[in-house]
Amino acid sequence: MANIIEKLEKEQLRLDIPEFDSGDTVKVHVKIREGEKERIQAFQGVVIKKTKGFAGARFTVRKISGGIGVERIFPLYSPIIDKIEIVTRGRVRRSKLYYLRNLRGKAARIKEKRFV
Amino acid sequence: MSTSLLGKKIGMTSVFSSDGRLVPVTVLQVGPCVVTQVKTVETDGYNALQMGFEEKSMEKVTKPLAGHFKKASDKGFKHLREFRSDSVEDVELGTTIGIDTFSVGDKITISGISKGRGFQGTIKRHGFSRGPETHGNRNHRKPGSVGNSAWPGKIIKGKKMPGHMGVDRNTVKNLTVIDIKQDENILLVKGAVPGSKTGIIEVKKVG
Repeated sequence: MANIIEKLEKEQLRLDIPEFDSGDTVKVHVKIREGEKERIQAFQGVVIKKTKGFAGARFTVRKISGGIGVERIFPLYSPIIDKIEIVTRGRVRRSKLYYLRNLRGKAARIKEKRFV
Repeated sequence: MSTSLLGKKIGMTSVFSSDGRLVPVTVLQVGPCVVTQVKTVETDGYNALQMGFEEKSMEKVTKPLAGHFKKASDKGFKHLREFRSDSVEDVELGTTIGIDTFSVGDKITISGISKGRGFQGTIKRHGFSRGPETHGNRNHRKPGSVGNSAWPGKIIKGKKMPGHMGVDRNTVKNLTVIDIKQDENILLVKGAVPGSKTGIIEVKKVG
């Protein structure tokens, strides 16, 4: 019963998605279809939220575009994602970075993770 | 040929469509159903097919039912349901009808028994609006006036009132088939379907 649903969800998993977490800066390459043609657009920003699950797993990327904060929610295993590049790993102390929404400029920076 | 089948609700999940959208789907196990009785105008006054769903050991079937099942095949069934059909001449007793009657993109109608909700007030049961919570208000979830005074001097029949909710037969029309898993008898249907998980449902092809 539950196995059937689990199986269905696992069928849709993508193994090419890298591991990343909140605070990381990622570059998401999104497939965009314009009529017949398909092109790829990149969306680079900070991951401020990541939810678990199979088909329902999502992550939110926030970036500042022309002085205005833009957030985009992607299903983690969505076929419209061409690839995800990790630009930097950020050191943050919580999993949901909603506080970034109230910060601008220098204050909204995230320290880079140091690997010793 | 009948295009109605019995099935079971398994649960909900979401799947990605070909254009990358995340579609909410209900997973249903539909069929295989066996025709256990063919009713015709000559014998019964109307055309219908009686279908059996989910096999049950003949030893566990009551004797009268066992006799009935033996006319069609040597299998017993947990669930029996009759579906009206325009023509039943080409259907033979004991034939198995599977999920292959449906194809991706079909519109289907699904009937099932909704989840029981017990005794509920008018807000949940009929969608009445509620009163304010504070500022001295004492009309929180009351139904309000239920009728006039001297005339008609009674409450009109069918007035929406608190009472038992759920465990009704509900039908949802025009659901789209998103995907079919032939070998597992699994049907993925866009949107919600009445009833709880493992609830028995009737699946009918539209048109």
